[in-house]
Order: sequence, then C-alpha cells, then structure tokens
Amino acid sequence: MNTGLFITLLLFLSFLAPFTRRYLRGAAGWIYAILPLTGFIYYLGLLPAINDGMVILESYRWIDVYGINFSFYIDGFSILFSLIVLGIGTFILIYAGKYMQTYPMQGRFMAYLILFMASMQGVVVSGNLITMFVFWELTSISSYMLIGYYHEKPEARMAALQALLITGFGGLALLGGFILLGIPYGTYELSAILANPDLIKQSPLYLPALILILIGAFTKSAQFPFHFWLPGAMAAPSPVSAFLHSATMVKAGVFLLARLSPVMGGTELWHVLLTLFGGFTMVAGAWLSITQTDLKRILAYTTVSALGTLVLLIGTGTQYAMNAAIIFLLVHALYKGTLFLMAGNIEKVSGTRDINMLGGLYKSMPVAAIIMTLALVSMAGIPPMLGFIGKELIYESAVFAPTAKYLILIAAFFTNTVLVFLSLRLSLDIFWGDRPQYGKRPYEPYFALLVGPFLLMLGGLLLGLFPKILAEPLTASAITSISPGHDAVGLKLWHGINTALLLSIMTLIAGIMAYKYKVAFIAYSGGVNVRYFAREFAKGFASGMDAFLLYTKNQTKRIQHGYHRYYLMTVFAVASVLVWVMIWRTDPIVLELNFADMPLNLVAVLVLIVAAALSAVVSHSRVIALIAMGVIGFGITIIFIAYSGVDLAITMVMVEVLMVILAVAVLYHLPKYQKYSETGDRMRDGLVAALVGSFMMVLVLQAGTSQLGVPISDFFKETSYTEAFGRNIVNVILVDYRALDTLGEITVIAIAALGIFSMIKLTKKVKS
Amino acid sequence: MESVILQIAARHMRPLLIILSLVVLYRGHNEPGGGFIGGLMLGAAYILYAMAFGVAKTQNRFVFSPLNLTALGLLIAVVSGIPALFAGDTFMTGEWITLFADTVAELKLGTPLIFDVGVYLAVAGMLMLVMFSIMEE
Repeated sequence: MNTGLFITLLLFLSFLAPFTRRYLRGAAGWIYAILPLTGFIYYLGLLPAINDGMVILESYRWIDVYGINFSFYIDGFSILFSLIVLGIGTFILIYAGKYMQTYPMQGRFMAYLILFMASMQGVVVSGNLITMFVFWELTSISSYMLIGYYHEKPEARMAALQALLITGFGGLALLGGFILLGIPYGTYELSAILANPDLIKQSPLYLPALILILIGAFTKSAQFPFHFWLPGAMAAPSPVSAFLHSATMVKAGVFLLARLSPVMGGTELWHVLLTLFGGFTMVAGAWLSITQTDLKRILAYTTVSALGTLVLLIGTGTQYAMNAAIIFLLVHALYKGTLFLMAGNIEKVSGTRDINMLGGLYKSMPVAAIIMTLALVSMAGIPPMLGFIGKELIYESAVFAPTAKYLILIAAFFTNTVLVFLSLRLSLDIFWGDRPQYGKRPYEPYFALLVGPFLLMLGGLLLGLFPKILAEPLTASAITSISPGHDAVGLKLWHGINTALLLSIMTLIAGIMAYKYKVAFIAYSGGVNVRYFAREFAKGFASGMDAFLLYTKNQTKRIQHGYHRYYLMTVFAVASVLVWVMIWRTDPIVLELNFADMPLNLVAVLVLIVAAALSAVVSHSRVIALIAMGVIGFGITIIFIAYSGVDLAITMVMVEVLMVILAVAVLYHLPKYQKYSETGDRMRDGLVAALVGSFMMVLVLQAGTSQLGVPISDFFKETSYTEAFGRNIVNVILVDYRALDTLGEITVIAIAALGIFSMIKLTKKVKS
Repeated sequence: MESVILQIAARHMRPLLIILSLVVLYRGHNEPGGGFIGGLMLGAAYILYAMAFGVAKTQNRFVFSPLNLTALGLLIAVVSGIPALFAGDTFMTGEWITLFADTVAELKLGTPLIFDVGVYLAVAGMLMLVMFSIMEE
C-alpha cells in the first residue's frame, strides 16, 4: 500500500457511501471505519523507519512543465498528523454511524464525512504546493456541505456559506502565495523547497508570499479577525464538529504554518505577525468562551483559543515552543475530539445543550461522566493527563520566549486559567449538582457513541503516564522535521520545582477561585462584552456581504445595460482600437492600392458596393437599407468568385438569402422609424464605423506585406490530399486540421440558437 | 400570407433542396461544398416550406424537432473525434478506411466525413430553431 493508493481508496469509499449505506444499516459506521483504521495502522508501522530519519517521497506526473505534480512527502510531521486525522476519523465514523441513525440522507452525510477525511489526509501528506492547495480547497468544500447539513435551517446555511466564503477567500490568497513561493525555486515540490529554505527569504517575493500564505492559514485556522466562522460552524451535527475542531479543517492552517516554518519562518516579520495574531486570538477565544451557555459554542471558542496558542508557539519558534506546539497539537486533538463527541451524547440523551439547563447527569450516565471529566482534566492541564505536559511546555516556552516574554506569560496564564474554569464548569455543572427536569429520561449512551471518546481520552491518559515510552517516539521526529537543528526535549510528568510548575499551581488556584465566584465572574465578563464587543463579527460579516451584493448588482446593471446597440458598439470599438494599436506597433503601414491589374467588371462591382453602402447609410427606410445591404453582400460574393473562393461565395449567398428571410420575418414586427438620431449620436456612430472600416482595410492590406512567420497555407496545400485525402483545402481545414475549432464554433452557434429559442418561447409563456 | 404559387414551389423545392444539400455535403471534401453550406441548404428547404405553409403545419408534417436535430449534430461531431483515441492519436485526428480498394468503386471513408455530417445537422437544426422561433412570433 502507498499513500496515493490510500487516498484514492478513501475518495472511492466516499463515492460508494451513498449507495451502500442503506444495505449496511447500523453496521455502516463500523464498516466504513475499517479503511481509515487500516491507514492508521499502516502509518503507525512506518513510524520506526521515519524516526530513523527516513522521508518517503511519492510522485505522480500531472503538469510537468510547471513543476506541478501529484506528490506526497511523508516525514515525521506528516505521520503524526496522519495518525491524528485517521485515528480520530475512525472513531468519528463509528460514532456517526450510530449518532445519525435517525437522520435523513445518511448516505450522503457519510460520503461528505469521508471526503472531508480524505481531503485533510491529502493536505497533510502533500509533497507539492499545488497538490496541497487542491486538497486544501477540498476540505473547504466538504466542510461547507457538512456544516450546511441541516439545510432547511437558515442559520445552518448561513454558517456554511460564511465558512466557505472566508476559507475560500483565504484559499485564493494561499494559491497566490504558493505561486509566489514557487517562483524562486522554479518548482512547487516541497522536497526541493525544504532542501533550500533560505532562497525565498533573499527574494523580494518573500513579503507578498508571506502575507498571502498567512491570510490563507489564518482564515483556515480561525485566527482573529477571521475567528467568527468557527463558532458558527458548530451548526453542523456533533460528529462533524468533533472532527472539524480536533483533527481536520482548522488544523490545516496550523499544519501549513508549521510545515513552512523552516522556509518562511525565522524572520522578524514572521515572528511578530504570528505572535501578535496568535496571542490575541488565544486570549480573545478564551475570553469569549466565558459567557457562552451553549455547550458546543463554549467548546468552539476554546478551539479558537487553542488555535491561537498553536500559532503563537509556531511564531515564537524556539526549541521549547516547537516542542510545545507539537505536544499541544496532539493534546488538543485528543481532548477536543472527546469533548465534542460527548457534547453530542449529552444533547442526545438529555435533549439540550444549554449548560444552565443541565446538571446531575452522573447518576444516569456514569461511564460517560468519567470519560468526559478525564478529558476535561487534560484540557485543564492537570496531571497525569498529557495536557499537563503540554501546558508545562507552553509555560516554559513563554519563560524562554525571546521577546515580549511577560506579555506572553500573562496571556498564557489568563488563557489557562479560563480553561481550568471551564473544565470545572463543564464537569461539575453538567454531571453533578442539582438535577433539573429533563424533557426525556437521560440514559447511558450506546457503546458506539462511547468507544471513540473513551479511546481518545485513554490515549491522552496513557501518553501522559508514559511520556518516555509512548509520547516521545510519536512526536520526536515531527518536532525535528518542522524545526530542523532542534532536538526534541525529553518529556516527563515531573520536571522538579521550577517556574512552569509554580505557574501551573497558580493557574489551578486562579481557575478554582474563578469557579467559586463564577456568577460574579461571568457577569463581569458579560458586562465587558456588552460594553465593548456589542457588535458580533458574524453579523458585521453578514451585513458586509449584503453591501457587497448590492454593489455588484449596481455594477452589473451599469455594464450589462441590455441595449444591444451599445454592446455592439463596445465590441467594435474595443476590437478595432486593440488591432490598431497592434498594427501601429509592429510594421510600418504600407498603403499600396493597386487597381492596375484589376478587371474592369470588378471595378464596376466595387463602385456598386460603395454606392449601396452609401445608400444604406442615408436611407430613411429599413427595407431600402436592407436591400442595399443585400447588394453589398452579393457584390462581395462576385468578388469571391472572381478570386476563386468558391466555398466562401456559396456560403455568402446562403447567408445573404437567409438574412433576407430573417429580415422579412422580423420587419413586420418592428415599429416605424419614429425618432431619428441626434447629430451627436451620428457623429459617434460614424466615428466607430470609420474606426472599424479603416482597421479592416489596413489589416487586409498589411496581411499581404507583413510576414510574421512561415505561412501555414503551403503546408495545407501540400498535405491536404496526401494526408487528409481531400482536394478542397478549405473544407479539409474545417473538418480535419482545425476540426476542434469547428466543433467549438458549431457549439457556440447551437448555444446562441438555444438562447434565441428560449428567449422567444419562454417570454411568450410568461406573457400567457 | 397564403400563396398558391409559393406553396407549390415549396412543396417541390423541398426534396430537391434536400438532395442538393446532400450532394454538396458529400462532394465538399474535394470540390466546393461541405457540411456548413449543406446545412444551410437543408435548413433553407424547410424554412421555405414553413414560409408557404406556416411553422405549425411544417412541424406537424415532418416529425423532428430542430432542437433535437441540433443536439444530434453536436453529438455526432463530438463522437467522430473518439475513434482517434482508440487508434492512439489525439482527439479528433482524422482516421480513414478504404473500401473496395483498387476497383472502380474505391471508396474512402473517414471520421472527418462523420464530423462533417455532424456539422451539417447542427447548422441546419440551429437555423431552423432560430427561424421557426422568430417566424412563429
């Protein structure tokens, strides 16, 4: 098995899901989960070799010329991320199979969920920037489908659209950034870029590339000021939220920053921007989570905060910070996956997600309560969970931060205090305390709904208990691959008494104090929010979108005015001016008119054409103008025949005849000339006509003298019969040499005919 | 507008024009002609008929829809490009076979001819589509 095959299989499974779900019934989730589990085991099996320094490269040709290939690049960091995506993905599928059992369209839901997994897996193993971009956009699209799953609810549609627009905008910026990044290297291969990380930093393209890539990563990872789409995305069903928050989508931005940190990082600008945005997002996310009452919304804001922490750590970039980033990434994935799945369970068994309406659930669901409480212990950073090690590392990296040490320390302290506070709140207030009246009798969730959260929680516990044996092999090569030159620091639960430990203890005390006085604490932060953050970002975004739509509508109205004559005028004027400029800049204009060897009868035809043209211009009747145009057409036909363009002549005759028939059909319906043009209008029309006429004339004259390349007509003359078996060169060109062009042309006229047909038929129907 | 002269002319011109259009289509490869001109002629045959008898009568008498004719033409044109793929060439390369080689009735048939038939039908179809729509107004 290899990565390309594995991702293809995942995509294929996604394609199969809608057709197979109904036959598999309750087992669907378990059966679909086999594939990601296989992948998990496969990548786990690669881990020893990767830890010895191996990097796996895999490449499939795509567009060689531009250095674009379907490549995969698998090092320690990719493996760690793959394990997170596939491991959590396995449990999500098992969980979703049961959780969604009473919902409609499960097959489609499963398909999107697997597609989501496949695209995230694609992002983390991509070895080519463009490959990564393709998968990156796929995560946006599949998450759009999943967030908008309850499509009959307007707020779900709105949240989905918001997420798509923001991440889509970021995706465009990212594509720009990738292309700029690829320019100095001449390739988009990640291996080539990582092999020579300093090239881009010496290039003037560094600044624009950095800004565009950061926009892409920040929108995806919900950094301030793009953070608001993430709480909105909790409109999705719980399994989706759990996956989106823990392993996929939002982690893609963090993944990208970490992956590119050896290349783009290390500069002052990178450091300042990431620290600033990450730090602010970390604090803002924690702050905004305090006053929330919806269980999923609280978790969503803590995700925003966690993403800010990760960006901050990557921006700090020291050895400790990179270690902390990787460990915290793993910690967060494990506990956040558990918590969101449990939030779904709680909603399912009790009928509500409002934290004020919950309480005393321990008696009804003791197993679930213990699982969720242990996950919360990890979130609070209390031993022996892995979360403790993660938090210690964060504090240590803050203590050793090169700049703004105290600011980062205060921010981290505040954030962790809030996390302790929330952990207490989510466990004590939900599972213990007074038991309110529930709409239905709560019960212990089914096995399929508990196995995922339990194993994820267990992972956090075991990794925390045995950091040397389990956590270090898992993360060591990931750390070295995103911060080359740095070794992984040894992981242990007991660090001795140092600053970080003291900070941890203070955090715990502060968190407990906050919980003790929670009514006052929540009221205070609510008051601050009302005073300073009254306007929600999401609402601002929505009204901004409305204004933009209005603007585009007006803009369109101005350009698409619906007057055919002005469209024609625009086309004529633009085309002739462009050609004039081209003619002007290439060759000297040779105006050589030679009537000497022209037969007299043709001169007569020419005079006739000119006379007809004049009469068409001055005529006051449509019929006369039409006849005059006919004369011009037939005159030109005669000239074609005289110069042996028989095909053209026949076509011309046919077209002229049909024009007359068309005109007869239409003329009858047209009103009489009622208003003649003003002098100004005529001057303008005359000018446009003169421009078009003169450019055609010069073009035709120049065509005889300018020689831009070897004329292709000789080739046609030579090969027309020998290779294409036709003596009529014009026709051979049409149906053989340039058949694709002809195909395009007949498609265009067919579409035009369809347009006319539907315009006439459909307006008639509306009228009647 | 009922004109006996036009009606009788149209009735007899239609088959003649159809035959002529086929001739033009076939000989197009070596002599002046081809699918485009042929298609215009074919369309003209029916448009003349419609002018004499009206669109509704024409469409009742000859059971085909210009819309389907256009689509059929496009389909034939696209399909004619596919045999080349099996021969290992790029899409739309002309592929030829020779029947009755070295006899009087030697006949060369190739995908460009099929393509031309597609053009012929598409052009005729779209012409009738537009004309009938406008004439019905």
